[in-house]
Amino acid sequence: MTSSSPNIPPSHTDVLIVGAGWAGSIMAKELTEAGLSVTILERGHEHKTAVEGAYPDSIDELRGSVRKRLFQDLSRNSLTIRHTLNQTALPYRQLSAFLPGEGVGGAGLHWSGCQFRATKDDLRLRSVTIERYGHRFIPEDMHLQDYGVTYEELEPYFDKAEKIFGTSGEAHSVNKHITGKGNVFAPDRSDHFPLPPLADTFSGEKFRQACSDVGFHPYSIPAANASQPYTNPYGCQMGPCNFCGYCSGYDCYLYSKASPNVNILPALRPHPRFTLITEAQVLRINLTKDRKHATGATYIDLNTQQENTISADLVILSAFQLYNVHLMLLSGIGQPYDPAKQTGTVGRNFFYQTITSSRIWLPKNQYTNQFIGAGGAGVAIDDFNHPGFDRGPLGFIGGSPIWVNQAGIKPIAAATAGGGKNRPRWGSTYKHDMIETYKHSLSIDAHGSNMTYRDTYLDLDPTWKNVYGQPLLRMTFTWKENDIRMNRYIVEQLKPIAHAMGATRADFNMLEPGQLFDSRFYQTTHLGGGAVMGDNPQTSALNRYLQSWDVSNVFVIGSNAFPQGMGYNPTGLVAALAYWSAHHIRTRYLSSPGPLVPAL
Amino acid sequence: MTIRISSLFNALLVTTSCILGGEIATAHATSTPNQEIPSSLIEQGHYQAVLGDCMACHSAPGRPTYSGGFPFPLPIGTIYSTNITPDPEHGIGTYSEADFARAVRQGIRKDGSTLYPAMPFPSYARLSDADIHALYVYFHNGVKPQAIAPPENKIMWPLSMRWPLIIWRWLFAPNVQKAQQRTAAEFSDPVLARGAYLVEGAGHCGACHTPRGITMAEKAQTAQDGNAFLAGGSVVEGWFIPSLRQENRTGLGRWSEQDIVDFLKTGRAPTGASFGGMTPVVEHSTHGYSDSDLHAIARFLHQLTPADPHEQPWQYSPQTASALQHADLSARGAQVYIDRCAACHRTDGHGYGTVFPPLAGNPVVMTADPSSVVHIVQSGATIQPLPTSVSAFTMPSFGKTLSDREIADVVSFIRQAWGNQAAPVSEQKVKQLRETMPESTPPSKLPKN
Repeated sequence: MTSSSPNIPPSHTDVLIVGAGWAGSIMAKELTEAGLSVTILERGHEHKTAVEGAYPDSIDELRGSVRKRLFQDLSRNSLTIRHTLNQTALPYRQLSAFLPGEGVGGAGLHWSGCQFRATKDDLRLRSVTIERYGHRFIPEDMHLQDYGVTYEELEPYFDKAEKIFGTSGEAHSVNKHITGKGNVFAPDRSDHFPLPPLADTFSGEKFRQACSDVGFHPYSIPAANASQPYTNPYGCQMGPCNFCGYCSGYDCYLYSKASPNVNILPALRPHPRFTLITEAQVLRINLTKDRKHATGATYIDLNTQQENTISADLVILSAFQLYNVHLMLLSGIGQPYDPAKQTGTVGRNFFYQTITSSRIWLPKNQYTNQFIGAGGAGVAIDDFNHPGFDRGPLGFIGGSPIWVNQAGIKPIAAATAGGGKNRPRWGSTYKHDMIETYKHSLSIDAHGSNMTYRDTYLDLDPTWKNVYGQPLLRMTFTWKENDIRMNRYIVEQLKPIAHAMGATRADFNMLEPGQLFDSRFYQTTHLGGGAVMGDNPQTSALNRYLQSWDVSNVFVIGSNAFPQGMGYNPTGLVAALAYWSAHHIRTRYLSSPGPLVPAL
Repeated sequence: MTIRISSLFNALLVTTSCILGGEIATAHATSTPNQEIPSSLIEQGHYQAVLGDCMACHSAPGRPTYSGGFPFPLPIGTIYSTNITPDPEHGIGTYSEADFARAVRQGIRKDGSTLYPAMPFPSYARLSDADIHALYVYFHNGVKPQAIAPPENKIMWPLSMRWPLIIWRWLFAPNVQKAQQRTAAEFSDPVLARGAYLVEGAGHCGACHTPRGITMAEKAQTAQDGNAFLAGGSVVEGWFIPSLRQENRTGLGRWSEQDIVDFLKTGRAPTGASFGGMTPVVEHSTHGYSDSDLHAIARFLHQLTPADPHEQPWQYSPQTASALQHADLSARGAQVYIDRCAACHRTDGHGYGTVFPPLAGNPVVMTADPSSVVHIVQSGATIQPLPTSVSAFTMPSFGKTLSDREIADVVSFIRQAWGNQAAPVSEQKVKQLRETMPESTPPSKLPKN
């Protein structure tokens, strides 16, 4: 049963998919089920739990978090970064602020496991903002947009994704029946989570109690870290999480963190119509002369350095968000966004995540056991993220969950953090502080939304090239007033919670007015936008089925489709959008290929 | 004569797990009359081939299915399994159904010489005429002829002579009619009768799981032949063969019918997972059994009496878990267990369902001979992916990272913890078992999930 034969590249495939992460694996599974031949081209190599993920080598922090074992090789391809339109961008040469994955599983192999649905308002943010506060509430340079799809439409696909991922969590409302548990602000669901929530860590328990005491509404973060052994509808099995703390940046040796490798590919690989080609760097999607139809893709076999072309009837871009946009720009799919003229859609609406982490110290008789953790384990409140939270008097759009997400602090990270802000970096005080901090502190995050603006976008860099001779992608991005104001307000709300937890010391971290994006420090890998979905081809590159408005046999799946950021982590919505898109390809596109939405 | 035969079979059977079809010489043609063959009959025959696990020996990596060539390196030389495709020159294309039946059930080649008895014809003797017919039809009409010869056997004279095999066959191979009657007469319950037919016949479970006498014949061919039937006890390719009888600790005494069915279907059950020589059996054979046949097998195994009726029933002891959970690592091997094993098998020894097998109460851990458990620690093991259970789970090998002493310590710990109460294992024994340590699966061959 082990497919030992090497995957031979076909000359033609019904469906060609770029990237073997969550989106690519979901699309491949769905479309082989539909009877099509499917080929995935993946730029990186295989990652096997039994080899790289084998215990105890896999939990080597130096190789994992520090030397970035599972992440993108920036020496071959990267992007350039600048803050504003008039600057010259420089290459991102070291993995720091964000960490794109590489290889089979993609970012879905090294992610933490926080798996949220979107709120109802996240999906129609422009409409609800205008309904509630009027047009003038929207800052002039903000590109606030709706997704073109509603929560109700996506609900079955959120549900399906959770069943495939083996998500642990607690429902609040199931078919209008209120359970009395879970997130009181969460929208209604058609079913419970497939697994019960993960147990609270000590830090989570303290936070939960304090939030209740202050009058907030704590809930367990939905986690794709299995709280029990689980077999998903594809027959793929997961082991249960033991809170070892090696989730983000690692391949889970317990097979308990959901990944394409564990949850989808075992059921897909034996399929006779499925081919996965690794070490295949796609250079471009080939189009007909009128640029209205894709004919396949050209890639470099990184083992032989030979170029190869595969023809295809349907092309799915499901690379990391940045590289979906990069490939569209390199291939000429759609019109590049021009911030001066406000024309074109490809590259438009790039966003990040407005995240700051604060730290509090508890009394010395309380041990936070920070070595314990799981990527998705934690307790959150949505009191400042849910639709009903009134932003009017506060003057910002967006919001932020607040959470204690103890994901496991490893030794090098603990030593690097030392005793916190403005404490000695060496000597006996440093050592003492570090020990006290490791034993008694915990971090609380404000994981906020990030809006999109006229001048936050992606295009091709005029100067820098990758090793394949192609222009690098250029990111133009910095923090904007709306999001800084939102973050500062949210971090203020941490203070009563910290007090209720009995904090003896606290470092509250928030963005400062006018603060610029600093790419040198890790924040999060939640990048989005650049090829967004929507109802209007003037402002979105994709229609509501994630189909290119311009090249109707190209679908582009990923967080690139989000028109602006939300307070939650993106993977849950990416997976639901993949199943949503696949459903419409299967039920409508295949019988009559062409635009699923007529262009206006 | 007996001594010479026995030494030959010793070499043959100790080194190979069971199996091995004899060399079938090409002979003169007797063509099959050309007629419409119903596809249901071919399908039935295919199912018989799965039941009998013909694939295990008659297919080799890199060669077409059923074209033989699987090598068995023995101390007396290397022998190769035969081509059983319908190719007239290299396969069995010229065999009539009677020739075929005689080879399968009696171990007699078309030219009259005798098959090496690793071909389990003493078990296959029980196959009904109808099943033989289906199997014959399948191998002639459902399998593609492959005109390739397996490599020549390289056995030195005088052991290359086949005539001593005839005497062995006279002495030990059952008469077909008697064998069929014996198995058929065992049970009036049709499910148990079917279970007996499968276990004693096509499934040839006894080929490995029944101990062999000094002549290398199985000590019992059927449940009626006494407690030796399926009682395990030998070591094949480094793996200790467990009993399939109802011993409470070291047999299947605590396995439910569903556990046995799941194990044979998927290679995994909440009570244990397959390893060693059983893994390919599940992969090529039992995983393809119908559910009703698997239940019949489980029901049949359940009614076997324990070979050792005095075995103290296993009872879970919570002391080990309590000690480990309170950081008491004073027991021999406890530190190694916590560092290397507990993440998956847990401090309570229960493991996790069908993902990570339990160590508490697992028969393989408690057998008197510790070969299997030591070898799993040394070489690692993989629960293989199958169409009905697509996920694979791999335990890493510790042969290079743990010393003989540490392995002895941790295996002793596992054997004594949670109420297991099996004898400890010495460093000397582990060192000795290093000699027969099975090769670890190379990274390129490990499953990709």
